Amino acid sequence: MLTATQAPAKKESYLTDGYGLKSWLLTSDHKRIAILYLISITFFFFIGGLFAAMIRLELATPAGDLLESDTYNKMFTMHGVVMIFFFLIPSIPATLGNFLIPPMIGAKDLAFPKINLLSWYIYVVGGIFTLYVMVTGGLDTGWTFYTPFSTTYSNTKVMAAAVGIFIAGFSSILTGLNFIVTIHRMRAPGLSWFRLPLFVWANYATAMIQILGTPVVAVTIVLVAMERGLHIGIFDPALGGDPVLFQHLFWFYSHPAVYIMILPSMGVISEIISTFTRRRPFGYTFIAFSSVAIAVFGFLVWGHHLFVSSQSVYAGMVFSVLSYIVAIPSAIKVFNWTSTMYKGSVVLSTPMLYAIGFIGLFTIGGLTGLFLACLGMDVHLTDTYFVVAHFHYVMVGGAIMGYLSGLHFWWPKMTGRMYPALWSKVAAVIVFLGFNLTFFPQFILGFLGMPRRYHVYPPEFQVYNVLSSAGASILGLGYLIPFVYLMWSLKYGKPAGPNPWGATGLEWQIPSPPPTENFEVTPVVTGEAYEYHAQEVVEVG
Amino acid sequence: MDWKYLPIFPQSASNFSPHVDALYAYLVTVSAFFSILVAVLIVVFAVKYRRKSESEVPVPLNEHGIGNMMLEITWSVIPLLLSLVMFGWGALIFFDESKPPADAMDVWVVGKQWMWKVQHLEGVREINELHVPVNRNIRLTLTSEDVIHDFYVPAFRTKTDVVPGRYTTEWFRPTKVGAYHLFCAEYCGTKHSGMIGTVYVMNPNDYDAWLSNGGTEASMTDEGEALFQQLGCVNCHGPQNNGRAPSLVGLYNSRVELKGGGTAYADTSYIRESIVHPLAQIVNGYEPIMPTFQGLVTEEQIQQLVEYIKSIGPKSPAATGHAPAIENGLAQNPAMSGVAGEPAPGAPKSAAPKAPQKAQQ
Amino acid sequence: MASHATALRHHFENPDQQQEASSLGMWVFLLTEIMFFGGMFMAYLAYRQAYPESFAAGSAKLNVTLGMANTLVLIGSSLTMALAVRSAAAGKSNKVIVVFLILTLFLGSVFLGIKAKEYHDKWIHHEVPGANFHPDEWPKGVDMSHASLYFGLYFGMTGLHATHMVVGVGLLLFLIIKAGRGAYSPAWHTPVEMVGLYWHFVDIVWIFLFPLLYLIDPNFGRQ
Repeated sequence: MLTATQAPAKKESYLTDGYGLKSWLLTSDHKRIAILYLISITFFFFIGGLFAAMIRLELATPAGDLLESDTYNKMFTMHGVVMIFFFLIPSIPATLGNFLIPPMIGAKDLAFPKINLLSWYIYVVGGIFTLYVMVTGGLDTGWTFYTPFSTTYSNTKVMAAAVGIFIAGFSSILTGLNFIVTIHRMRAPGLSWFRLPLFVWANYATAMIQILGTPVVAVTIVLVAMERGLHIGIFDPALGGDPVLFQHLFWFYSHPAVYIMILPSMGVISEIISTFTRRRPFGYTFIAFSSVAIAVFGFLVWGHHLFVSSQSVYAGMVFSVLSYIVAIPSAIKVFNWTSTMYKGSVVLSTPMLYAIGFIGLFTIGGLTGLFLACLGMDVHLTDTYFVVAHFHYVMVGGAIMGYLSGLHFWWPKMTGRMYPALWSKVAAVIVFLGFNLTFFPQFILGFLGMPRRYHVYPPEFQVYNVLSSAGASILGLGYLIPFVYLMWSLKYGKPAGPNPWGATGLEWQIPSPPPTENFEVTPVVTGEAYEYHAQEVVEVG
Repeated sequence: MDWKYLPIFPQSASNFSPHVDALYAYLVTVSAFFSILVAVLIVVFAVKYRRKSESEVPVPLNEHGIGNMMLEITWSVIPLLLSLVMFGWGALIFFDESKPPADAMDVWVVGKQWMWKVQHLEGVREINELHVPVNRNIRLTLTSEDVIHDFYVPAFRTKTDVVPGRYTTEWFRPTKVGAYHLFCAEYCGTKHSGMIGTVYVMNPNDYDAWLSNGGTEASMTDEGEALFQQLGCVNCHGPQNNGRAPSLVGLYNSRVELKGGGTAYADTSYIRESIVHPLAQIVNGYEPIMPTFQGLVTEEQIQQLVEYIKSIGPKSPAATGHAPAIENGLAQNPAMSGVAGEPAPGAPKSAAPKAPQKAQQ
Repeated sequence: MASHATALRHHFENPDQQQEASSLGMWVFLLTEIMFFGGMFMAYLAYRQAYPESFAAGSAKLNVTLGMANTLVLIGSSLTMALAVRSAAAGKSNKVIVVFLILTLFLGSVFLGIKAKEYHDKWIHHEVPGANFHPDEWPKGVDMSHASLYFGLYFGMTGLHATHMVVGVGLLLFLIIKAGRGAYSPAWHTPVEMVGLYWHFVDIVWIFLFPLLYLIDPNFGRQ
């Protein structure tokens, strides 16, 4: 195999294996498809971020002085739709997962390369529908599309948005399907399940949710479209329909969807913590099983979004207790990651900074979820800014920090370049501080009673809102900086060798960037995962 | 408004508020403990175990990847136990919130884009305001005319979704005189954030004064009775007992036998459904011939009809056939009926203890 | 003429791995389809339980004869599909494989044709939810406001199913062309097997749809 000392000479990497737009748009190479996804989701991230900026600008003052109410309602709706369906759900699986799962298991590609490319095109088509919605008047139903507002009363582009999200869902399903088959059938000889990197376990559990949950929201969207177009009455009480049935069908997917968004990040964190403590993750088996447990139990808790919806009291009790049970595997992970650092050999690289930021912020986000799982507490807190703060802590402080951690970790592998260490660490700190300033005041706002999706609010809530908006500008800056230096690194970054971090894992045995085929010869795995070898073993601490 | 309070706690103005706040304190304590613990450990470990030489590899903490089993069990079980306390405590409060006391004073609410319409039993109506007496149990029964809304009073720590096509209930006992925010807390369109108002908790005397100055509307029961006549309900459901329709005397809170087996509990939702979807549940022994009144009555009118039907007891004019006396909506005891199924055990009386009455219209 | 060597894709180690991957992939896909149809089945179950009479009344307006015919047609097409797979696996001549595939295609088309007739009948009897919805001869005493729930779900579920049938027809056409050119042999006939799995699944969905939609109470409202 190539090492960093051997001159690459004529050896192609996947980046140089064919030039021109056609070679990219018709590729079947999982690595190129991952890059296509990376570009698309980054594009949508900034669009979603623009909507967020408008929201926080408006909310700096109690009056509705920046935007009309209808426009504001479209801002938060589109922010949610874009961020959830077109950024978070694809993010790690379709970029890092696509790129890394084959090399991590010693394979040359995913099981179904053409379906992989198809999934990207499907994503793009869904995205185009959503862009169409944005430029032709927008959507104002909230990303949750509650009926009968979305089916009967909204005057915005509900159908087009529904079509866009419906289509994008199939992209997610195909990615999940590909991962499951790949991980089952294409592991290298000797690579048993419990020798797999935890990143693979995490994406496997995510794929289970993608294939089982997404079809349900797809058919729910079909029902919304039928209701809106043909008025069949399924969600209209006048015809005997039940508006709350929509909520059940919607949340049956959308709750597991949040685990689609967080599980891959947790997989990233396992890899980062391990690499930058030079230690096998403590409780490897527990971490692996906890991912699967979260995926399974995640399907049993959707009713915790319906505690005040007129759902029965007894159903509420069942969903509440299950929601506590689903929290335990996440706690197990956090404790195991922390233990991995004990007497480890710690390096605070950029990925590691993001990772420990993740652990802190995800812990807070997860714990505040316990507030909301608590029936008596949720009655007061639901539909307030407490919920907004909670999910941004887990999705932004958690999932996005995990994504950035992984992006920074595997950037040298994907591009063959290093980025400037100082700027990347500064950006990580700015993101962390900006994030907390943006979202921590929102917990307080929520408990004070400020409802969510409010365009105007009573003046006594202004101080916290101003803090939050100030934080948002810092957070936005924090996100822009990596964009700049990562782009810069493509041309001017120091060339990276195969394993700049000293990590374990098959992906670090191949060149950076890898050749199209990943491996010339399929590796045979003889050792356990995370075996750190060195010339000198020193008792640390 | 009086805002002398810590800027992290809203005013505490209902029977639920202290319980919810205590639970909140517990949740914050547990969360802070674990957050700080994890954060401190991470920072300490990151500093203390900083890599000292490039070649150092720490000794593995365990042999077989199972981790320290005792440790795993401990940090699974302890959080689980702490969580179960959260669950239990929250469930108790929730259960309490779902059971309005039998002596609760009823107030009816209709939400619509983008206002709250309130009806008191005595007939007084409000828009975007709710006046209630302090230290009395209040039960709100709510419905929506259009989309889903939510009636949220942060100072009371309680809310409920307000859903079209059904009744939801919310109860509380205000404990402190004052004025408190009322917010719509389920996104409902353009002026969702404008669908706000004020809940005024008043001393009993002030409340009575306010009530009697509330205008010349008839009580809900009287309005309902008038509708009952106007819409022709009395033609089938009146005292003449022509076999076309079941008598409504003592219906409220009784158990009704349905055609095709099964029973239904005649609560306010049942009564509402009988008016707008009469064919959904037919009473045993009767034909499905009742026409629907959907679209012919507003939700407020249905609420008035429901109040009237609640009030029909054996001694009321509707039962005896005497000319209806315009009384002030005194609810009779429905549990005394001898018709249409046996009364539900412990059927709550819907008689609301009345403040001293002024002369009626 | 003779089929060419198995088309081993470059990223697979050996043909077995490729075949196993295809098979698992199709089963996982069918699992997603179960969840897809499942959502609508849940909505159906919720409303049928709430409004049994309206559903019975709606169901009684369906033509059970045509539904039964469609059921037999589809079961027959599963038989011919299985025979096509078996012929490919057993190394029968291209002609045999193609004949079975064409029979399957034919029966599938018959199904779609009968469905089209049923839809047309619904349309002229004003039983399609939308602007023109007013079903005639609705039994007295049964709440007609719930009729659109039944018919909406009828069209939603059978429409979803029919869409899957159309996709299946397209897949069969693809197979017929390839089989005619001798692409399939005992060593490699994975696409035929995969389409077979898909076709059987679509058949099974109909086996559930038929009794749920057509057979609630065929004599309801007729005295």
